[in-house]
Amino acid sequence: MSKPRVAIFDFACCEGCQLQIVNLEEEILDLLGVADVVEWREAMSEQSHDYDIAIIEGSITRPEDEEKIQIIRSRAKILVALGACATIGGINKLKNNFDLDDVKKCVYKEDADMPHLETAMTKAVDEVVKVDYKIHGCPIDKKEFAYVVKCLLLGKKPEIPEYPVCVECKAQGNICVWERGQICLGPITRAGCGSRCPSVGFRCFGCRGYIDKPNVTAAKDVIEKYGLTVEDLKSKMVLFGSAQGPTNE
Amino acid sequence: MSKNLNINVKHITRVEGHGNIVVNATDGKIEKIQWQVPEAPRFFEAMVRGRSYDDIQTIVSRICGICSITHSLAATKAVEDALDIEVSEQTDLLRILMHYSEQLQSHVLHIGYLAAPDFFGVKSVVQLVGIAKDAVLTIVKAHRVANQWSDLLAGRTTHPNTITPGGFTKIPTEKELKDLQATLKETIGDLTTIANVVLSVAENVPAFERDTEYVSLTHPDGYTFYHGDITSNDCNGKAVSIDKWQSVANEYMNPQSTAKWTKWHRDSYACGALARLNNNFEQLTDTSKSVAGMFGLKKGCCNPYLNTIAQLVECVQVVESGIQIIDKLLTTGLKAEKISVKPKAGKGNGCVEAPRGILFHQYEFDDNGNCVAADICIPTNQNHANIQKDFEKLVPEFIDEGEDAVKLKMEMLVRSYDPCISCSTHMLNVKFVR
Ligand code: SF4
Ligand code: SF4
Ligand code: SF4
Repeated sequence: MSKPRVAIFDFACCEGCQLQIVNLEEEILDLLGVADVVEWREAMSEQSHDYDIAIIEGSITRPEDEEKIQIIRSRAKILVALGACATIGGINKLKNNFDLDDVKKCVYKEDADMPHLETAMTKAVDEVVKVDYKIHGCPIDKKEFAYVVKCLLLGKKPEIPEYPVCVECKAQGNICVWERGQICLGPITRAGCGSRCPSVGFRCFGCRGYIDKPNVTAAKDVIEKYGLTVEDLKSKMVLFGSAQGPTNE
Repeated sequence: MSKNLNINVKHITRVEGHGNIVVNATDGKIEKIQWQVPEAPRFFEAMVRGRSYDDIQTIVSRICGICSITHSLAATKAVEDALDIEVSEQTDLLRILMHYSEQLQSHVLHIGYLAAPDFFGVKSVVQLVGIAKDAVLTIVKAHRVANQWSDLLAGRTTHPNTITPGGFTKIPTEKELKDLQATLKETIGDLTTIANVVLSVAENVPAFERDTEYVSLTHPDGYTFYHGDITSNDCNGKAVSIDKWQSVANEYMNPQSTAKWTKWHRDSYACGALARLNNNFEQLTDTSKSVAGMFGLKKGCCNPYLNTIAQLVECVQVVESGIQIIDKLLTTGLKAEKISVKPKAGKGNGCVEAPRGILFHQYEFDDNGNCVAADICIPTNQNHANIQKDFEKLVPEFIDEGEDAVKLKMEMLVRSYDPCISCSTHMLNVKFVR
């Protein structure tokens, strides 16, 4: 059997997730032994239209990009969303909390009407085309990336946690950052990062997206226990969770 | 040789972000040379409005994956300036140490993974493995050291989660710092090996010069990436305080790009490793100076392709400076510090050197510490106008070499600026249209 052909594309994003792939260092060379990377603009000069697996980084923020992602979808057998920008819209969704004209004026002032500055509401990739697999996080975890890609190459379904970050955090014996007056989204955010942020004393801000059935009542109990309001919690949930799931409740 | 050029590079490769190059020439007459930046704008200055002072660095870090530590630090300095927060010397030294790690991370990535294939005449680092395996492995090793260095200080390599206004959420142990210092001492040897490999192909660096204004930070105490005032070779030694950065950058829109362009004393200026080196050469360590010497790189160099070599010099510089800072921290001893911050209204500026050049952040907060306005000016944007000016001199100079040679030189030029276009939106493809 010939090696599967993999292409990596980037839309509106910081390219930090691609960087995690580079950070795999020698391990990438192992992956290259079992797959052909046929397009990766950031790392290679060659480009191709013929691929089996398309890996998409970034959010869709312009009509022209919607067309581009549809073409990629039609060519790829498997489409993988890479990182929060692609899986949930990520930080780019903060923009959707404002009027788009106001957003353009704020940054470009009197030049805001120049045609090439056109922007639309930020969409996660699955709001435009069907996504087969999601690799969560901002940035992604390079080990999880290697795991998911290996599963795909072996034709297996990768297993991604469906429980909250708190589970991993408590297992590591961290002191809960709520004790230090910080609002942590660990109770409602999908685990799998090894509770990266609380493990270094920083609140979880929800970069892996919310678990499918978040226990919103439990989160509200925690807020009350620490004398905060739902508004305080929402102001933190907006960072990576603008207009999704429990932010609306 | 034909004097017609028709170059049209859409989305130049091996750079971070999207940029296009368009050139038309008929019978040696140049009709159009353009450096275009079509990257989707991301509107960070608008998105931070309404967010709390302690969420700013988490948001703006996402401007760029490669310089996320730099963005976090610039933002945090600006927040601290606005809210009148003083940090301890320990916090200051740990942040400078963290900032060095990103310079090494980014420079090694650029020299080894993005620029080196040009020097060796191949298309990617993967092909490079085939012809210079040992060199690639040394580069990979240095990159890994840089990443571990960031992990230790910043919590992870990309998007730091230990930085918070007022200090750190977690600091390393003295043992961890000692181990890091030992690794850094070994890394100097590896960097010298990389320098020798680059020197062996240095004849492939184009001979091209253009008199340029170079802008960077400067500080009397040493070769700076973090503190100091803004200077350039047009300033006659009079540096400008960082809170006047808007009068240095003078941002303007150009229909060629979704990114804003800048100019100071001339039509364009350059920032980055070569600018820092030109402005602060005397303050380099002896080993850094000797690496510069290997390539004949001296103060006053105006060959933009040598920015990559200046980065190599800075790799040595940050590793040696890192070793010194660890000595200082270990002599004083590390203490856990308690952070207490009271939100208040105010406006503040933060300016640091990103690996690719000087970076400015400004924020204004209301009484509750929520952001009401922001202004950010990133280094890649400050280089766009200069890339355009370089193109205008470069194409006529090399037109006799033919389309392929001109195209490659233009792509290499853009790559030598190490643009980080994802952050520049607010640029890379080459088009030669006949
Ligand atoms: S998910 Fe985060 S790290 Fe990945 S590209 Fe988006 S902003 Fe960057
Ligand atoms: S710090 Fe956050 S993730 Fe950890 S236990 Fe507390 S709420 Fe949960
Ligand atoms: S702890 Fe939360 S914010 Fe941090 S990496 Fe994990 S999911 Fe993302």
